[in-house]
Amino acid sequence: MLHIVKFQQVTKYFGQQEALKNIDLTFHKGETTVILGPSGSGKSTLLRCINLLEKPEKGTISVGDIKIDLSKPVSKKDTLAIRQRTAMVFQSFNLFPHMKVLENVIEGRLTVLKETRIDAVEKGQLLLEKVGLSQKIDSYPAQLSGGQQQRVAIARALAMEPQFLLFDEPTSALDPELEGEVLKVLKDLSEEEKSMIIVTHNLNFAREVADRILFLEHGEIVFDGATAQFFEKNDNARIQSFIQSMQFI
Amino acid sequence: MSREMQIALDSIWPILKAGLIVTIPLSLIAFAIALVVAVITALARISNYKILRAIFGIYVWIFRGTPVLVQLFIVFFGFPKAGITLDAWTAAIITFSLNTGAYASESIRASILAIPKGQWEAAESLGMTYWQVLRRVIAPQTIRISLPSVTNDFIDLVKGTSLVASITLADMFMVGQQITARTYEPLLIYSLCAVIYLIFISVLMYLQGRLEKYASKYV
Repeated sequence: MLHIVKFQQVTKYFGQQEALKNIDLTFHKGETTVILGPSGSGKSTLLRCINLLEKPEKGTISVGDIKIDLSKPVSKKDTLAIRQRTAMVFQSFNLFPHMKVLENVIEGRLTVLKETRIDAVEKGQLLLEKVGLSQKIDSYPAQLSGGQQQRVAIARALAMEPQFLLFDEPTSALDPELEGEVLKVLKDLSEEEKSMIIVTHNLNFAREVADRILFLEHGEIVFDGATAQFFEKNDNARIQSFIQSMQFI
Repeated sequence: MSREMQIALDSIWPILKAGLIVTIPLSLIAFAIALVVAVITALARISNYKILRAIFGIYVWIFRGTPVLVQLFIVFFGFPKAGITLDAWTAAIITFSLNTGAYASESIRASILAIPKGQWEAAESLGMTYWQVLRRVIAPQTIRISLPSVTNDFIDLVKGTSLVASITLADMFMVGQQITARTYEPLLIYSLCAVIYLIFISVLMYLQGRLEKYASKYV
């Protein structure tokens, strides 16, 4: 099965404002891509277009074998198909507060994949072990720290066995001391060659895990290339000043 | 024993009985229907269908915007003129379910809107359909958030049923009026009515507290 995300001339408007301008882009299997850029550059929008939480007005988006022409209304079937090929982790975790940790992780497998409870529970337990939260299976999200909640959210995303994992500023809501435990999980996933697309402000993290960096500004891709090239051999003044300004944070 | 004491003692059972055979069943039946109406109305009003939103919006507008006593009179005394004759029970059930349904739909709609958008997004990004999101993620949280206000709507309904006395139904208030006419003890008898209402509603408030505690176990 085709294992890519592909944007062709994608344009997204918020009212009159062009949030994404004519984006052409391909994400490949097994690659960790980090999207950087100043606030309002369109990086979260770009990510949210992949699973159609935002619907662009123009262009085509392909996820795996599903190709969508955005100039037409998108069918429910295609939307669901795309969402089943991707999984997203949010800045504010968005765990289901009325479900215990394990229930959160297996909800998609039960409801969307129609898996039997026994199989889903087994899978869920394995994933919670992987993110180091086997002890918290029967807790409610409100009883966990932010870092723990985000690890549950990562397990919930992994449970869907998506082709692509999408991370929307996964550590921005966390204290520095809790950030580390989430970054470690992300690093492990990256080493397993999961296909990941990460929007973040954390440059050190980007340098460490990214195979590829995208730099966005005003809805356009200013840089698209290898991580080392972005940090070391970059002669773009705008990017240099961005890197400098971020390093003081 | 004083005369007043005797009258009070003799009146307790007839008033209570009217509560058990009219006020309580009427309230329960009307509330059950009202809940169904309210959920359908709330869902229609948050839907993407303009026509659906408009139709149910007009329904809520009319029932919130007119007195329930006037609604009751239109259905019971007015409808026969249009060829629809309803007995007092049916008229009362229809009026009170639609009236409470309109109010409760607003309580439920507000509760659904109070759930963070991220809950929808998280569920949708798992690949859930609209109805799966509603059933598995939104509904359980809506129940918790809307409990206090929906109970309030129920309490208003129970007290509001005292208006059926004016369309010939022998509820607690009507029986109270009859006893007062016979004994001329309005202070005593209406206070007795009030106390019995208060007891009924205190039970409801107690149940509300228990339910809230149960529904909030995850917060």
